[in-house]
Amino acid sequence: MAELTYREALNAAMCQEMDRDDSVFLMGEEVAEYDGAYKVSRGMLERYGDRRVVDSPISELGFTGLCVGAAMAGLRPICEFMTFNFSILALDQVINSAAKMLYMTNGQVPVPIVFRGPTGAALQLSAQHSQACETYYVHAPGVKLVTPATPADAKGLLAAAIRDDDPVAVMEGELLYNVRGEVPDGEYVIPLGVADRKRSGDDVSIVTHGKMVHVALQAATALAREEIEADVLDLRSIRPLDVDAILESVARTNRVVYLEEGWPFAGVGAQIVSLIQDEAFDDLDAPVVRVTQADVPMPYAKNLEQLAKPGVKAVVDACKRVLYL
Amino acid sequence: MAQGTRTATERMTDGAGPGENRSGAADGSEPAASRGLGGFTREELHALLADMLLYRRFEEKAEEAYAIGKIGGFCHLHIGQEGLAAGSIKPLRDDDLVITAYREHTQAIAKGISPGAAMAELYGRVDGCSGGRGGSMHLFDTTVGFWGGHGIVGGQIPLGAGLAWAIKYRGGDQICLCFMGDAAVNQGAFLEALNMSAIWHLPVIYVVENNGYGMGTAFSRVSATEMEARSGAYGIPANTVNGQDVVETYRFFEELAEQVRAGAGPQFVNAVTYRFRGHSMSDPVSGTYRSKEEVDSHVEAQDPIKILRDRLMDAGLLTQEELEALDAEARALSDEAADFADASPLPDPSTLYDHVYAEINQHGRLFLDGREHGSGDTRGDGRGASGGAAGGTHG
Repeated sequence: MAELTYREALNAAMCQEMDRDDSVFLMGEEVAEYDGAYKVSRGMLERYGDRRVVDSPISELGFTGLCVGAAMAGLRPICEFMTFNFSILALDQVINSAAKMLYMTNGQVPVPIVFRGPTGAALQLSAQHSQACETYYVHAPGVKLVTPATPADAKGLLAAAIRDDDPVAVMEGELLYNVRGEVPDGEYVIPLGVADRKRSGDDVSIVTHGKMVHVALQAATALAREEIEADVLDLRSIRPLDVDAILESVARTNRVVYLEEGWPFAGVGAQIVSLIQDEAFDDLDAPVVRVTQADVPMPYAKNLEQLAKPGVKAVVDACKRVLYL
Repeated sequence: MAQGTRTATERMTDGAGPGENRSGAADGSEPAASRGLGGFTREELHALLADMLLYRRFEEKAEEAYAIGKIGGFCHLHIGQEGLAAGSIKPLRDDDLVITAYREHTQAIAKGISPGAAMAELYGRVDGCSGGRGGSMHLFDTTVGFWGGHGIVGGQIPLGAGLAWAIKYRGGDQICLCFMGDAAVNQGAFLEALNMSAIWHLPVIYVVENNGYGMGTAFSRVSATEMEARSGAYGIPANTVNGQDVVETYRFFEELAEQVRAGAGPQFVNAVTYRFRGHSMSDPVSGTYRSKEEVDSHVEAQDPIKILRDRLMDAGLLTQEELEALDAEARALSDEAADFADASPLPDPSTLYDHVYAEINQHGRLFLDGREHGSGDTRGDGRGASGGAAGGTHG
């Protein structure tokens, strides 16, 4: 075990996979000479050369499509978005090409590609740079999505995503890149579809993903001061979804809060609530409550941004609500 | 000739570029017979005629089948543009790659998909080249180098760049032929792909099938420049070829393909052609955006099959009997294709969830629709056929 930052862990995963498979290459804006807009690919140009670590023009639709085409031909591109907000320009190639290709070719053309970069808000980046983009990706059958919250998960899930034969979006967080944590040395892969209980408790389940895991853990600490023990379930993988882990937690606590960074309408939490009422209705002692971003574009002003983001207090309040406290 | 074209042609290193070569065909120093018929043997010329006749008869058969409800959805016929399909794809190597848009039936056949597998796909049958999952707009057979069949205008262009990227990445000597309609050059995807292809010197030929209309909108109404000027900004050589002349088109692409194979980098071809039918089956042939006189004059004077037929007959290289035999063969192949499609079963309902994912992960659920997910390992919950809560049917 070594203590690494989240960004170093992502770097380690890419190097681990590029060392073992020549078909893996990295393409994106500023990934090579600049070492990555967030320095995730630091040193990789020097290590692998410009055949495999490639600066793209600012052409999200174009380089995403190029990467999808290369994946159709059997390469394993890592397509980096400086932020998933910019990938909205590329969604035609993600949804119409990558997600549907295997199906409409009757299995002839898999697309083993990774889309990765930060999603969601950082600090005062305003409306166009703060959006959580999970829903766009997870909405389409054919795409998989993982959202690592810790350095260890970042290494293991990115490695698994690169090895997977389908399009996998790996959504990171700008505010996560400096987070430090223990990361297993050597080859490390976490299978997709396995949630991780980040904290155990029997009173209420906080189900969440991505950087909201840290908000959930803070909320759990606050709740513990009032002798409420929260179960914090980090989904880690949104598709495939660890339904068993969700149902197990619901069966134990009978009370659930879903916390996510994105908007509520057709959000990830909407699917989770639907799933729980379909498959664990009898286990519930209260309706499931969702905590999301306010249903507004992200404002710039510091106080308004804080109001819009889902925060610790909102989670604590939601937990008390499902506990009828 | 547009300024960008001239500049681009000047960039060609080894003598005359294809654009100049075309005008060079009028060079009086060549023997008349080989000049007129491109130096092809009689057998080769008959084969080109047979190919085009097959494409024509296949599309007419599809038209017929659509009218009686055997084919559904959108169906875009290539009738009138057969010279380009034969002339650009037949010179390629078997391992070269072709990617295109949704008016692609004849291109698929040209690259090696059997008429039966193509027709069965139009019929939505299990023996279709895409198993009945793609339909008219998504014909695929990567074993013959045909990479579809794409339905979003311009969407295939960056994909074509990516196929070419993969060739270069692996150090291969194949090339990629990436087709598009004239309207696709107004998509950002086209501009982005051309720029990247030039930066990375990719082995790709972008071919605009310029039939003058994007659906019902004349290209001249929606383009600030001539077609030939569209690639000049990226330093990509532009060439114009008469797609109705299969002999010229074949020789042009034969030479261009070898130049690209030898490292000439990306190329742009304005292939002038004309669509004899509507945009799709629901679109009238004429009357709204183009006049009957315009269509009739093209059908009369610009039919690629008639052009080759007349030249062969004038040169004494084709008899009426031979023509009739070739046409009978094309009709028979198309009839066989339709019979094959008709006899092919519909896809098995249990396969609905097949091929959504290439890899069903051991853990977690991939399908969230709460339905049964067929048989075997395709259900997406990683627990096999006996999983209790598989697919959300628990309880």
